[in-house]
Amino acid sequence: MNHRPLYLKILSASLLFGAWEISGRIPVSFAFPTFVESMSALFVIIKDGSIFVAYMDTLQPLFLGIFISAILGIGIGLWVGLSEKFNWLVSPIFIVMQAAPLAALIPLLIMVYGVDLTSKVFVVCIMAMPVIVLNTGNAVRNTPFSIKEMGQAFLGSKKDIIFKIILPSSSPIIFAGLRLGVSAGFIGAILAELKITPTGIGDIISYSRSVGDYPTMYAAIFSIILLAVFFLNFLERIENYLFKGNNKGYISD
Amino acid sequence: MNDSITNNIAVSVKNVSKNYGETEALKDMSLDFPKGQLTSLLGPSGCGKTTLLKIIAGLLPATSGEVIVNGVKVTTPGPDRAFVFQDFALMPWASVIRNVAFGLELRGVNKTERESIAHKYIGDVGLKGFEHSYPHELSGGMRQRVGLARALAVNADVLLMDEPFSAVDEQTRRKFQEDLLNLVKVEKKTFIFVTHSIEEAVYVSDQIAILLPRPSRVSEIIKPSGFKHKDADSIRKDSEYLDIVDRIWKSLRTYVQ
Repeated sequence: MNHRPLYLKILSASLLFGAWEISGRIPVSFAFPTFVESMSALFVIIKDGSIFVAYMDTLQPLFLGIFISAILGIGIGLWVGLSEKFNWLVSPIFIVMQAAPLAALIPLLIMVYGVDLTSKVFVVCIMAMPVIVLNTGNAVRNTPFSIKEMGQAFLGSKKDIIFKIILPSSSPIIFAGLRLGVSAGFIGAILAELKITPTGIGDIISYSRSVGDYPTMYAAIFSIILLAVFFLNFLERIENYLFKGNNKGYISD
Repeated sequence: MNDSITNNIAVSVKNVSKNYGETEALKDMSLDFPKGQLTSLLGPSGCGKTTLLKIIAGLLPATSGEVIVNGVKVTTPGPDRAFVFQDFALMPWASVIRNVAFGLELRGVNKTERESIAHKYIGDVGLKGFEHSYPHELSGGMRQRVGLARALAVNADVLLMDEPFSAVDEQTRRKFQEDLLNLVKVEKKTFIFVTHSIEEAVYVSDQIAILLPRPSRVSEIIKPSGFKHKDADSIRKDSEYLDIVDRIWKSLRTYVQ
């Protein structure tokens, strides 16, 4: 695994946070707090524990949705990549899903599935799944012909060729899709909490906005971004562990 | 055909034709490959060398005709044949040892056993110490050695090589050719070798089948014999070697645009 030097990480973080601090001080908008203000607000909600309570609510639809999207997405994507007919049948659904203005469709989801967990999981899935399916399908279709032929020549069964050749060969693009899907899933989870019922982190965001407590609002947004970054890193580690030879330098720490 | 002849023939191609739609890639081709020898399929591009090799491998179906390997008609890949690919066809996510053992893995040989076999062949092709490297860490020549070790590891009677040295540099290629001569002597296998290099074919082959396109056919079979006992360096200076190279070029040059 490639390690970036520590000073580069610190430099890049301080550039970002420095820019944040400066634009908060100008100020760009009265609704945009400084970095220091946001961090102290974050510290307050960590100390009184309200952020953890909020995450208990948020993580449920988030992880459930991401888990379903990953398993189902890779499965459907594999099928889409292997069968021209299935691709023809299914791909348009996911292309439409990806392009649809989700916020406008949420009332429809609420009418059908109510305001509970189900609707929120759906929102996460609608955000996360298309990119996973479409990426997996493309990667599977583009497996180098000669490696598949090699599998045949050395007496691999259909199952061997799918699981020992096509899937590992597609893994870099499948994981790229997963990373994009997971990021979209995080957005979906917050969107669901803002648009369906205000719970968890979405509740902190919308409540603190309504009372003008912008530092707390940004603290909540910052925390979800941080969580997403950690989760994406974790995903890269899994990829690197499973398919070490595929790592030609794009996976980092 | 009597038994003594049949016994000396490892692979027999009988009246094989292959059409791609309207295009005739192979037309009524017949050719025998003697046991324990290296036969080259040589010809200009588009003459169907690789198509014929893939039909023998069972990777492509013939439109008509049949391929007999050790007396049995074949239509699919089998344990009696192993393939060396032009572009190596290594799995980039797998280490050298897993790539070499992959044929055995697909045959269900257990891990300890297949890795000990792979280990031996990795040593034989000169890659000792690279067992746990990944393909992208190796040079082109080393990658093809992995491809060769993988084919040797499954211990097939017939080795099918599709322009195996065309993607490696000239110096590596010469070394490969010398190694191949030794391999043919040591391994007692039948080699079928596709190449477009006249020098290479004459240098490594016991028998050269010259294929010509439009319509695809075997125009001539040449069996160099006079210089086979010589050492690697003197072969390239041998007068019979040079004569054969010259003769083949004369018959092929009209087909090269």
